Amino acid sequence: MPFAVLRLRSLVLRALLVLFAALSLGACNDDELRFNNTDITGANFGHDFSLLDPEGNTRTLADFRGKVVMMFFGFTQCPDICPTALSRAVEVRRLLGVDAERLQVIFVSVDPERDRPEVLKAYTAAFDPAFLGLHASLEDTRKVADAFRVFYRKVPTGASYSMDHTATSYVFDPQGSLRLAVAYQSPAESVAADVRTLLQSASPLP
Amino acid sequence: MKVRLVASLCAALISSAAFAQVTVSEPWVRATVPQQKSTGAFMQITSPVDGKLVEAKSPAAKVVEIHEMVMEGDIMKMRAVKGVDLPAGKTVELKPGGYHVMLIDLNAQVKVGDTVPLTMVVEGKDGKRENVELNAPVRPLNNAAGGMQMHKMH
Repeated sequence: MPFAVLRLRSLVLRALLVLFAALSLGACNDDELRFNNTDITGANFGHDFSLLDPEGNTRTLADFRGKVVMMFFGFTQCPDICPTALSRAVEVRRLLGVDAERLQVIFVSVDPERDRPEVLKAYTAAFDPAFLGLHASLEDTRKVADAFRVFYRKVPTGASYSMDHTATSYVFDPQGSLRLAVAYQSPAESVAADVRTLLQSASPLP
Repeated sequence: MKVRLVASLCAALISSAAFAQVTVSEPWVRATVPQQKSTGAFMQITSPVDGKLVEAKSPAAKVVEIHEMVMEGDIMKMRAVKGVDLPAGKTVELKPGGYHVMLIDLNAQVKVGDTVPLTMVVEGKDGKRENVELNAPVRPLNNAAGGMQMHKMH
């Protein structure tokens, strides 16, 4: 039955081809960058933002090309997770040494009612004068948070209110693509290593 | 006989002193920037007998509450709690990432170098309340969760 043998041969050949393709794909994956934090390269959210800096200028991701951007959503009346995340960012910049200036840390307020520009500016500067606090109207804040899948909610606590919010930091590469989600408990060393990886992999600017 | 009596008297004295003594160590308050209306106070509390931290007071703020930070997935939530259990002899930490005393509607900016007076009210099982007065030094806003505590978290 030569025909059957031929068919079998072509089947084996095809199977081998599929196997080869799979192997080479695997090899490709091995060549990709490895990160300590969650790799979200290619995420279909968080493409850009349009927010105001404390001076009232509109800022978008394009303003930070050539730098790795680390973005955190929070509020200045937050006694706990926000100072912890921003203090970690201070430590990350220290660990980066001379590359520190190639990391832009951005703090986005989810409490624009209380985080007036001057408070926001003083707050981020208390951590590091190079940090940037961004804000928007209530409506635009919601839009940006949604675009980044960031949850936040006003919660009454006795006499005042607090904000429940996503504690994840996002990291963009120097080309402005969203690359990493950084959990709040991720140590500074692991974040700094990932930032370095992104800086090294970035093709030089034209 | 005499020695034994003295010894047991001593023991009784020590234990009665210890009974009433809730100790607080390493208190600190996080500094604020101008117009920042609230901040957190942190410390370690040890009660020799089972008790409960039921209230905190401070002249530095109009409202003082005990809060707990909890993570639900990647979402940080903060809630006022009725109290914090203080099991006998166990050091309970009020630290970033857990319980803290929330100072709300501050009367003035809290600056590094200041100390903030605090009164911690601890209730025993018998319902008796004990006030622990302390002065908490102010640490910088960027105090990395006490630095040490940061490492303990991992």
